[in-house]
Amino acid sequence: MRFAVLQFPASNCDQDALHVVRQVLKLDGDYVWHKDTDLRGADAVIVPGGFSYGDYLRCGAIARFSPVMQSVQQFAAEGGLVLGICNGFQVLCEAGLLPGALIRNRSLQFRCEHVHLRTVTRRSPFTNAIPEGRILRIPIAHGEGCYFADAATLEQLRAQDQILWEYCDSKGLGSDSANPNGSVTHIAGVCNAARNVAGLMPHPERACEASLGSEDGMPIFESILTALRQRDASKAA
Amino acid sequence: MKAKIIITPKKAVLDPQGKTVQNALEHMGYSGIQAVHVGKYIEVDLAPGSDREAARKALDQASHRFLSNPIIEDYRLEIVD
Repeated sequence: MRFAVLQFPASNCDQDALHVVRQVLKLDGDYVWHKDTDLRGADAVIVPGGFSYGDYLRCGAIARFSPVMQSVQQFAAEGGLVLGICNGFQVLCEAGLLPGALIRNRSLQFRCEHVHLRTVTRRSPFTNAIPEGRILRIPIAHGEGCYFADAATLEQLRAQDQILWEYCDSKGLGSDSANPNGSVTHIAGVCNAARNVAGLMPHPERACEASLGSEDGMPIFESILTALRQRDASKAA
Repeated sequence: MKAKIIITPKKAVLDPQGKTVQNALEHMGYSGIQAVHVGKYIEVDLAPGSDREAARKALDQASHRFLSNPIIEDYRLEIVD
């Protein structure tokens, strides 16, 4: 199983993501530079956090037109698994691979802290291995993570079970005080209608080792591995 | 010839920056302000002899695809001499 971790100028969570792939999951993984178009046979793509292209114009707006993203569009259209984390989530929204947009935090503050997440649905390649009812404690670090979608899009997200995670308190209850950025209906992460592309503002790759204070990011990566194994098993059958 | 593109947050989108500027203006004593919206202004210098209508068409497309995000922003494009 092979992961591709994209690298844009000013990506800064690419190393954390590849560290988790290689050192924690013990899998193969490579960086793919933004000017490259070859995903080198990857089974899954991680679009990492950071400040791609300096966040100029809008977060993710320039990265979406980079050569590598044309390959990711193709990869996603063919059903490949793509996970966007933080700036990666912004890039995927700008690219139209995910619905909605991420705007300035309601508080106008850059928020860097651990938050709690409630998994809304386990019916996705990104959530299937998260134990039922488990509240995840994962860090965030962003200034523009306020998820916005218009009423019609929100309706569609709910109807098609595309909301994957919501911010909540340690007991799993959603509230304005547990929502770090003002996201509409406390949304922290969503997937596309085909369920093979997902994005979230929190950083699961920073929560995969006990020495980092939380291992709650692991079930998200384990979900991806479970989905890939199931895919391989059904191919072989 | 120049293109001027003014980008503003859509009315339905939370604009905490506009609200903060509005509050500051009110604190400074400027009254009668109903709302403030903070956006972006982009100026594009066009090559001499550019066709005005062709430039408008191209930049209108660029504004829609790239310079603004239609989910959260509106834009106004103007071509001036």
